[in-house]
Amino acid sequence: MTQRLNLTVDRIKCDGRGLCAELLPELIRLDDWGYPILAAGPIPEHLLPLAQRAVEDCPVLALAIRRAEAVKG
Amino acid sequence: MPNTVLWYTTRGAGAVTLILLSVVVILGILSTLRVQSDRWPRFLTTGLHRNLALMTLVFLALHIVTAVVDPYTNLGWAAAFIPFSSYYRTLWLGLGVISFELLLAIVVTSLVRSFIGHRAWRLIHWLTYAAWPVGVAHGMGTGTDTWSAWMLGITAACVAGVGMAIVLRLTYGSGDPLAVPRTSFRAEVDRREVR
Repeated sequence: MTQRLNLTVDRIKCDGRGLCAELLPELIRLDDWGYPILAAGPIPEHLLPLAQRAVEDCPVLALAIRRAEAVKG
Repeated sequence: MPNTVLWYTTRGAGAVTLILLSVVVILGILSTLRVQSDRWPRFLTTGLHRNLALMTLVFLALHIVTAVVDPYTNLGWAAAFIPFSSYYRTLWLGLGVISFELLLAIVVTSLVRSFIGHRAWRLIHWLTYAAWPVGVAHGMGTGTDTWSAWMLGITAACVAGVGMAIVLRLTYGSGDPLAVPRTSFRAEVDRREVR
């Protein structure tokens, strides 16, 4: 059983400040209203530090890294 | 002449603290306004805001420590932490202590923001609007250099800068394009939860 880390956004908390897309453009882009669209799937290993930074810098604490266990495979 | 060195350090660090703190307040307001350009991304405003705030605390510590250990002033540590306990310029020094302790609360809660949650953090962060003017009053009231031309210039520039930022903040509100529907939605949710 491998542990995967996923990026999640709390849509209620999110104010569309857009810092996350600046800090992690590899996985996050913004829609027409400035709200994040997250790339599907787990965070690649080499992007983890950047993802951590994006989570810490979110002004409203809406972004998070969550542990998801791979069920099959 | 070690006494003079400490005394000059106290005054210099006080002035630097005022400048840094004012810049930090301005950056904080600009980040709410979502100021950005091609050359100035939003994370730069927030990052500078945070790092300069930490630097402010370093200079503030220098300001306080050099004032206390200066044998000439003989202030004692209690005067640095208990407001209005100093024999020397009781009111003005007390204001400095209050400003320092408010800033400490603001920085510490910011460092543990993810533990206390956004709402509590934001509530405490509003104390900035108390800490900054109280700090300015402390500088004006007790500053040895208050009426020298350069210090007057620094104080005036800081007050003007923060004043302008506050006016912008009040004029434009938050930079959130969905601020109005979001506020009414949240009010509606709160209303239903209360029932």
